[in-house]
Amino acid sequence: MDPTELERFERTLLPHMSAAYNLARWLTRSDQDAEDVVQEAYVRAVRFFGGFRGGNSKAWFLTIVRNTGYSWLERSRGEELTTAFDANLHDVEDAGPGPELELLRRATRQELFAALESLPVEFREALVLRELEGLSYKEIADVSGLPIGTVMSRLARARQRLRQILTDRGSKED
Amino acid sequence: MACPKTKDLIEAYGDGELDLGSSLEIERHLAGCEACAAVLERHRALRSALAGASLHYDVPPRLAARVRSAVRKEAKGRATGWLPSWRWAAVAASVAPLAILTWALVALSKTPSPGDLLNQEIVSAHLRSLMGNHLMDFPSSDQHTVKPAFAGRIDFSPDVRGLSGVGFTLIGGRLDYLDGRPVAALVYGRRKHVINLFIWPSAGGEGARGVETSLRGYNLLRWSRAGMLYSAVSDLNAPELRELRKAFEE
Repeated sequence: MDPTELERFERTLLPHMSAAYNLARWLTRSDQDAEDVVQEAYVRAVRFFGGFRGGNSKAWFLTIVRNTGYSWLERSRGEELTTAFDANLHDVEDAGPGPELELLRRATRQELFAALESLPVEFREALVLRELEGLSYKEIADVSGLPIGTVMSRLARARQRLRQILTDRGSKED
Repeated sequence: MACPKTKDLIEAYGDGELDLGSSLEIERHLAGCEACAAVLERHRALRSALAGASLHYDVPPRLAARVRSAVRKEAKGRATGWLPSWRWAAVAASVAPLAILTWALVALSKTPSPGDLLNQEIVSAHLRSLMGNHLMDFPSSDQHTVKPAFAGRIDFSPDVRGLSGVGFTLIGGRLDYLDGRPVAALVYGRRKHVINLFIWPSAGGEGARGVETSLRGYNLLRWSRAGMLYSAVSDLNAPELRELRKAFEE
C-alpha cells in the first residue's frame, strides 16, 4: 500500500473505530477479545481496501469487524454459536399496554445491559447495529449478509425477547 | 392483540423504514386501532430506553495507537514500490495539497444533516401554505374551536393558544406533513406577516436552546417542550419569533 493509499485508508476507516470496538465488544463480551478483534479487522481491511470502491465505509468496515468477530468466537468458544439459534423462543402473546410499558420505561441501565448481554449473539448483533450504531435495515442486511426480511424478523424477535426479560424481571420484583 | 396485517409493519414504521405510502396507511390504521397504537408505544418505549441508557462501549485509550501501528506494519508489508525513507519529505509535500483538496471536496459534498433537511422541509411547508388557499383547514381565531378540530385527525393533542394578548393573532389551523408524519400547523398573524407554527410529538429533543436559523429569507425556530417539537417559521424577524416561542413556554 503506498503512502497516499495508506492516508486514504486511515482517513476513511479510523473514524469508525468507536463503532467497531462497540460491535466487537458486544459480540465477544470481553474487553481483551474485542481489542484483538478490532486490530485484526483493521489488518484485514488493509488487505481488502483495494476492493473498496467508496460508498458506505462504516457498513463496509463493520462487515469485516463482524466477520472477524464471528471467526474469533468460533475459534475460541465454539459452543457460543451453536446454542444461539433458538427454535424454542415461544411466541408470547402481546401483553396489554399498561404494566409492560411501565416496566420498560422504568428499566435501569443495569437491567437493560444485562438483558442485552444475555441475548443470543445474532439478536445482540442486530440490536447493537440498529439501536446503538443507528444502521438502517439495508445496512444491517449488508453487514450481516442477510435478506432484509430476515433482518426485520430478527430484530422483532430480539426486541420481543428483550422485553420479555425486562418485564419478567420487573414483575418478579413487584 | 395487534392486527395480523399491520403487526409486522408497525416496528418498521417505528424505525422509520417504511415508504411514504405505507407509512400513511399505517398512520390511518393507528388512528383507529388502539391495539396497534399500544404496540407502537411499547416499541418506542423500548427504543428510547435503549437509546437513553448509554450502552455504548468506549474505545480503550491504548487501542488507537495499537491499531495504527498494526495498520502501518501491514501496509508496509504490502507496499509495492515502497519509497526509501529519504524521499518521505518530498512525498509528503506533494501529497499534502492533494489531501487538502480531497478533504475540501468531501466537506463540500457532505450530505445535509437530518436537521438541515427538516429545516428545508419546514420552509417548504410554510411556502406551500402561502400559495392559493392552502393556509387553513379550519379558519378560526378561537383556540377553543381550533383545538377540537385536530381531535381524531392526528394522534396527539397540540397546545393551541390564542396569543392576541402578546400581539399574535390566531387565524386558524391546518394539518400538514413533516418529518415523515402528520403534524398540526397553527397559523398566527402579526402585522402583515404570516407565521406557521408546526407542532408534533418527538422522541428526541432539540436540547435546551433549540435551533435558530434562516433559510431562503425565512426565519425559523425549533424547540422542544414536554415531549413535543415546535417549529415556527415566518418572514417575521427573529426577535419577534422568539416572542412567540416565549409565549408558548409560559
